[in-house]
Amino acid sequence: MKEKILTALKRVIKSGLNSFWRNRWISTATIGVMVITLGLITGLFLISVVAGSILSDLEDKVDISVYFKLETPASDILKIKSELEGLSDVKGVEYVSREEALAKFQEGHQNNPLIIKSLEELGGNPLEASLNIRAKVIDDYESVASFLESSRFAGLVDTVNYRQNQKVIEKLSSILATVRRSGLAAILVLAIVAVLVTFNTIRITIYSLREEIGVMRLVGASNWYIRGPFIVEGILHGLAASLLTTIIFYPSVLFVSPKVSAFLSGIDLAVYFKNNFFQIFLLQTLVGVALGVISSLIAMRRYLKI
Amino acid sequence: MIHFKNISKIYSPHMVALENVNLIIKSKEFISLVGSSGAGKSTLLRLLIGEEPPTMGEIIVGDVSINSLSHQELPYLRRKIGTVFQDYKLLATKTVYENIAFAMEVAGKHDLEIMEDVPQVLSLVGLEGKAGQFPHQLSGGERQRVAIGRALVHRPDILVADEPTGNLDPVNTWEVINLLLKINELGATVILATHDNNIVNNLERRVVLMDKGRIIKDDEKGKYLI
Repeated sequence: MKEKILTALKRVIKSGLNSFWRNRWISTATIGVMVITLGLITGLFLISVVAGSILSDLEDKVDISVYFKLETPASDILKIKSELEGLSDVKGVEYVSREEALAKFQEGHQNNPLIIKSLEELGGNPLEASLNIRAKVIDDYESVASFLESSRFAGLVDTVNYRQNQKVIEKLSSILATVRRSGLAAILVLAIVAVLVTFNTIRITIYSLREEIGVMRLVGASNWYIRGPFIVEGILHGLAASLLTTIIFYPSVLFVSPKVSAFLSGIDLAVYFKNNFFQIFLLQTLVGVALGVISSLIAMRRYLKI
Repeated sequence: MIHFKNISKIYSPHMVALENVNLIIKSKEFISLVGSSGAGKSTLLRLLIGEEPPTMGEIIVGDVSINSLSHQELPYLRRKIGTVFQDYKLLATKTVYENIAFAMEVAGKHDLEIMEDVPQVLSLVGLEGKAGQFPHQLSGGERQRVAIGRALVHRPDILVADEPTGNLDPVNTWEVINLLLKINELGATVILATHDNNIVNNLERRVVLMDKGRIIKDDEKGKYLI
């Protein structure tokens, strides 16, 4: 029994390799369409990586500061800090003491003698201690702000600058959400279109072989014996398409990367591509092979009914 | 033995292909199924290899009722029956050798057996020199001989030939018929559907005449007169 299965497997693989080579024009066409599909999917993937990093960069620039009344002891502020850090929405909290605030202020205005002088005339330190808070997600600032305003420390708080920036932050948040959502939708639609085009190409190929499939049934071949070579061919198409896509993409990414970096500092496509080379290649191969095999199997179904 | 019991095939009320056909074919018989186009010969043969189910009735091959076979079991029936068609039905992407070997491969025959039997069959059908050619490189007569080779290589109990000479000239026709006779001598039941009265009258074997989906005459050593 085991020997029979091995023999059948050997024959199926051989027959698949054979028809891959004999139908090389059809194979080329299928691989060509698949390369376009995989290229599109990989391209969309890279674009979404770039867009994502732009968006999260933007998001990272947003924070809110809480200023405490002058007489608030540092120990209370640190207590608030540790409590804020316990909140699940908060990514990080930075404490700026009154002295640090003064030092920063002096540093920032050291070339402006007028301000330095008036500071000296005030005597003492007029600046308030503050906490700079970063939320994990831009939408969370609202809840962090209301936590501060309603907590038992509310009496210590002088101002939360969220309220001044609230409109801008909300606007930015809604833009980010829209861009992410519509970007995802666009990517999905394009990917589906590409997949359908490949599916149809394979369907036409199988259609041209429908009589052959029927004859195999009439000669006494079982369905899996008929499907086998097509599965082998589908795997080969997927592998070849994935290799070809990589061969095209690698130099293209190296070429485009410096231009992207020039526009958007902090994004290095080439490094990203190199670091994730195997994941991207694996993803392409999986998509290609799955597309080749599943399309064939679906397209064949009706011709196997004899 | 093949037994068609009360077989009807009705596609629609206006398209009755077979009507209450009863026919017993004995083992090792050579039987000619004759009648004009549309008489129901091909339909009867299609039902025999399970290409379509009958609307009514039962077909028994050996001790198996083929209506009861599932889609997965059908290949096993077909490996016992060799089939030859008017349009050859060769695998266009396979060579002559591979076309014939295919019938043995699907049956799970051993490689050594295939390497031994296929050349023998090739010489039986007179195609020794054409093993590596593709069907489109062959003449009609050669293609039909490949089809016969494929149909007999796994030593089927039954050989079904549906108008095998329909596209052939007289010389090739007789080569094909003689091959069928030889296969019959080797022990296979042969069912030949044809509308060529010249062949039938020269064979002097059992003739079953069909018309409009019915059997209207059944003669041992019959003639086909129009």
